[in-house]
Amino acid sequence: MADRPEPDLHPTGPATRAEICVLACAEAFRGDGEIMANPIGTVPVLGGRLAAATFEPDLVMTDGGALLVTNPLPLGVPDAEKAVEGWNPYRAMFDVVWSGRRHVMMGATQIDAHGNQNIAMIGDPQRPKAQLLGFRGAPGNTINHATSYWVPNHSPRVFVERVDVVTGVGYDRAAALGPRSSRFHRIPRVVSNLAVLDFETPDHTLRLASIHRGVSVDDVVAATGCALAVPDDVPETPVPTDSDLALIRDVLDPTGLREREVQA
Amino acid sequence: MSPTEVVAELSDGMTIGIGGWGSRRKPMALVREILRSDLRDLTIASYGGPDVGLLCAAGRVRRVVFAFVSLDSIPLEPHFRAARQAGSIEVTEYDEGMFLLGLQAAAWRMPFLPTRCGLGTDVMALNPDLRTVTSPYDDGEELVAMPALELDAALVHMHRGDIGGNGQYLGVDPYFDDLFCRAAKKRYLSVERLVDTDDFRSAGSPETLRINRLMTDGVVETPGGAHFTECVPDYPRDEAFQKTYAASAKSPEAWQEFRGRYLDVTEAEYLEAVGFDG
Repeated sequence: MADRPEPDLHPTGPATRAEICVLACAEAFRGDGEIMANPIGTVPVLGGRLAAATFEPDLVMTDGGALLVTNPLPLGVPDAEKAVEGWNPYRAMFDVVWSGRRHVMMGATQIDAHGNQNIAMIGDPQRPKAQLLGFRGAPGNTINHATSYWVPNHSPRVFVERVDVVTGVGYDRAAALGPRSSRFHRIPRVVSNLAVLDFETPDHTLRLASIHRGVSVDDVVAATGCALAVPDDVPETPVPTDSDLALIRDVLDPTGLREREVQA
Repeated sequence: MSPTEVVAELSDGMTIGIGGWGSRRKPMALVREILRSDLRDLTIASYGGPDVGLLCAAGRVRRVVFAFVSLDSIPLEPHFRAARQAGSIEVTEYDEGMFLLGLQAAAWRMPFLPTRCGLGTDVMALNPDLRTVTSPYDDGEELVAMPALELDAALVHMHRGDIGGNGQYLGVDPYFDDLFCRAAKKRYLSVERLVDTDDFRSAGSPETLRINRLMTDGVVETPGGAHFTECVPDYPRDEAFQKTYAASAKSPEAWQEFRGRYLDVTEAEYLEAVGFDG
């Protein structure tokens, strides 16, 4: 990867691409109500915390560990004050997962047009070219509750025709399991650094839902290595309001970690 | 017991469960003691961190049973990656929750526990021995039959313990250490500090007594015994040393140097070399 210029970690003008992505991640949780939101990764965590601090106040949020906290925690500030409302160690997390009262936003090293996700490895499972995280909780997440995805580097290497290993269940495999086994499976959205995607087609395949400011439909199509449904009119992804921006910049991410994860 | 006595209870080819989670409250002093022994061909079952990486790098591992291996602040464990990419170890890969159910089944002496986890994913393809069961009730739902993950031995690390083999955790998450103990035939607990049983009460509430003597066969005091993993509130993760550890995966020479300096030494020399001061 070529060296990127040092990003401006303290933007003051209009919303940056990273900030648009934060709101797009927040929007994944809209309407969820009183469930646990478990965004994973810098921009998703900021999105979840933004949602909880604004339009989804009933969301249950963790501190990234075993504590449930009610205040909008700043990212990357280890000694930040925590308003603790509950205790949720890993043991209890599986109770939440299996109860279905949870919406996770995970990363995806690879994802296909049906929403099958791979975070385990690239290449031959017996001797992978690249060993990645492993299955982690992806099988349990995807079969039990809503799972959205975050892709900070939208490219044909991520959006692939076929994932090397299926760690998270996609819609085609869910359908093959039958209605009973797949009744809790749902992939509300995929947010990337270029666009918001969903599976709102008749056969639940990848669809372009909106494009971020400064991105063209052609950019997204060129960066997508799998089939992508493109509606006639693709709206622009909503941009954070001034008060959203103040929350993101002053409270949730005072050190600008988001600008390191996403650059336009 | 001493760490040497604990490791003397282990033998080649055993399936050993290791407590903690990622790079958090791992029984690292016991892992280091394994590295000083000639134990080999081990099957390691772990919510994996540097315990798995060190044992892989030292060539002691035949198989890893895992859902992830991570250093947390360094997401991918470099020594584990190297072993996988060299094809030098076998693996059994599960979902994190399946792993829990495997331990629970072993602890309850059940052959399996049913779960939805794994359905529709390549967990099934990569574990051709995995079976499904059909609910005998009217729903008829097909579920994965997660087999018992029976351990020959379990190694866990707690903050406090007593000579009888009771263990107390003082951090914010007990992880699955009790379950590892309940799933194993031989159970060994290392602790930051051995205390009088009466002292447990002043250190924490009754629910911090996560391990009791029904669940252990031996206890050993190992101050710094979780280093360099996190053992809050006694000490945080040693991020600087974890970076040094991760960098030792860069080349055989780097590993040899790391090994000579930090592993082919006594525990006291290790703690001095890393500057551990509690």
